[in-house]
Amino acid sequence: MSNVFIAFQQNEEARPIIEAILADNPHATAVESPAMVKIDAPNRLTIRRETIEAITGTPFDLQQIHVNLISLSGHIDEDDDQFTLYWKH
Amino acid sequence: MDTQVKKLGLKERYAAMTRGLGWETTYQPMEKVYPYATYEGIKIHDWDKWVDPFRMTMDAYWKYQGEKEKKLYAVIDAFQQNNGFLGITDARYVNAVKLFIQGVSPLEYYAHRGFAQVGRHFVGEGLRVACQMQSLDEIRHYQTQTHAISTYNKYFNGMHHSLHWFDRVWYLSVPKSFFEDALTAGPFEYLTSISFSFEYVLTNLLFVPFMSGAAYNGDLATVTFGFSAQSDESRHMTLGIEAIKFMLEQDPDNVPIVQRWIDKWFWRGYRVLTLVGMMMDYMLPKRVMSWREAWEIYGEQNGRALFRDLARYGIREPKGWLDAIDGKDHISHQAWNTFYNYNAAAPFHTWVPTDEELDWLSAKYPNSFDQYYRPRLEFYREQHRAGNRFYNKTLPMLCTVCQIPMLFTEPGDPTTICYRETDYQGDKYHFCSDHCKEIFENEPEKYVQSWLPVHQIYQGNCFKPGVDPTQPGFDPLMAVFDYYDLDFGRDNLDFEGSEDQKHFAAWRGQALQNTV
Repeated sequence: MSNVFIAFQQNEEARPIIEAILADNPHATAVESPAMVKIDAPNRLTIRRETIEAITGTPFDLQQIHVNLISLSGHIDEDDDQFTLYWKH
Repeated sequence: MDTQVKKLGLKERYAAMTRGLGWETTYQPMEKVYPYATYEGIKIHDWDKWVDPFRMTMDAYWKYQGEKEKKLYAVIDAFQQNNGFLGITDARYVNAVKLFIQGVSPLEYYAHRGFAQVGRHFVGEGLRVACQMQSLDEIRHYQTQTHAISTYNKYFNGMHHSLHWFDRVWYLSVPKSFFEDALTAGPFEYLTSISFSFEYVLTNLLFVPFMSGAAYNGDLATVTFGFSAQSDESRHMTLGIEAIKFMLEQDPDNVPIVQRWIDKWFWRGYRVLTLVGMMMDYMLPKRVMSWREAWEIYGEQNGRALFRDLARYGIREPKGWLDAIDGKDHISHQAWNTFYNYNAAAPFHTWVPTDEELDWLSAKYPNSFDQYYRPRLEFYREQHRAGNRFYNKTLPMLCTVCQIPMLFTEPGDPTTICYRETDYQGDKYHFCSDHCKEIFENEPEKYVQSWLPVHQIYQGNCFKPGVDPTQPGFDPLMAVFDYYDLDFGRDNLDFEGSEDQKHFAAWRGQALQNTV
């Protein structure tokens, strides 16, 4: 099994995104470095719009993650409601 | 009139903005309009199979890029207004910034040109749109880096002629020739070289741990442009892996062509990153992680996951993979040693790390540092203290492909320099490794044209016009530095005693105390 990962800048805009990821993906772990947070997860990781919106109380467009995204690894499947990273093998 | 228009979903929006925008040409045959789409041997049957999984469309692109720019320039302004450079850990750190503006930023500009060109030559609109966005991203990176770093250029040496140096100075030919190799390849090889091998497999090593290191060293401007660029990079990496999957899924005949490109460009990129390894291990006064650790996380773990996933197409790990893993204990130390030696010819400063830093390196490199590299650095320090700071005045032999001096050792034997050679049309060519040799042997017509700085100096091509090398007392090296526009004694030589060191100490003193 391989890890996928996603990394964000450590700032107020990214905080609810990171919280939502950790809530929706109990198998994921966050590693903090200066100015950034990297989240690793075996095989698969999903970001859900609704979870972020529930935390912030405002509408969220998943493409907003681009503003604070640093890096990622894995294949991507994205639509209006969710963003998934995965490895097939 | 009904103004209630239902908003399209992400997938429909992407289709609307990237499909059906092209046409079959009639005045000229398609193959004449797109001459480079076929000549590399890559077979594409259905261009519409290309999908950007982010489904980024131009309208969303401008919106988010605009937001990123506003954030970035607010930080750059604040940094400049408040003399943010006084808050960095140590003036030695600035030398990493110098290497960045000298050797990395010009690559962003090359990438801008490269994606503009290949975008023109692909037939499918989805791929053309992705290349257009990336071309714009890359010129943004070049500009934001220049703006962010300009504040350092006001106060420190070693940045005033960075573009002039990029075209002339010996070590900068390493990144320059790497990118020119990619730019002069066909469009599919270009995607494999830059989007896949460099961006997907290797770029994390440059932007993620190094930029986190910039933050750790108090350099807000650099970390902010770095992460702002990296947010685009996530899109580029995705383009890279999609490009590979697209080629592999279109036709089984593409597999061996793509594999050879992966072998070549993994190794080319890995060699260029030697400079980054050295920046991480030696040039950040406060370190986040060693090159070795970064390589293990972003190179090995990530690369293994990727190549395991691509195995279903018949793709294996790049040929140089194991040698690259072997090098993780060595390359940063071997590179720093070379720059320490040749620091008269390099417009940034070097030094022997402090005892505390040497201890850190010993702890991070238990298999190599104490045995091979620490004694050498301690010897240099002893010599320096005795008034014999050593500067090598000979010129090194370069590898014909990566253009790095022959500084790397044999895999498995860190006490023997690795030399390879081959004969081509009556001339002998030299290489740092089996992999650079193999790259040459696949395309000798290309690499015999390499502009090798050392050869050019010996041929007399690196003096200013009108210089007479037959004059009595002619000093060829000083004439080369003059040609470089290197300000001798200010841009180069050891950090100890440099103008940078003195200025920073004085300015920081002023910042911390009131003067009467």
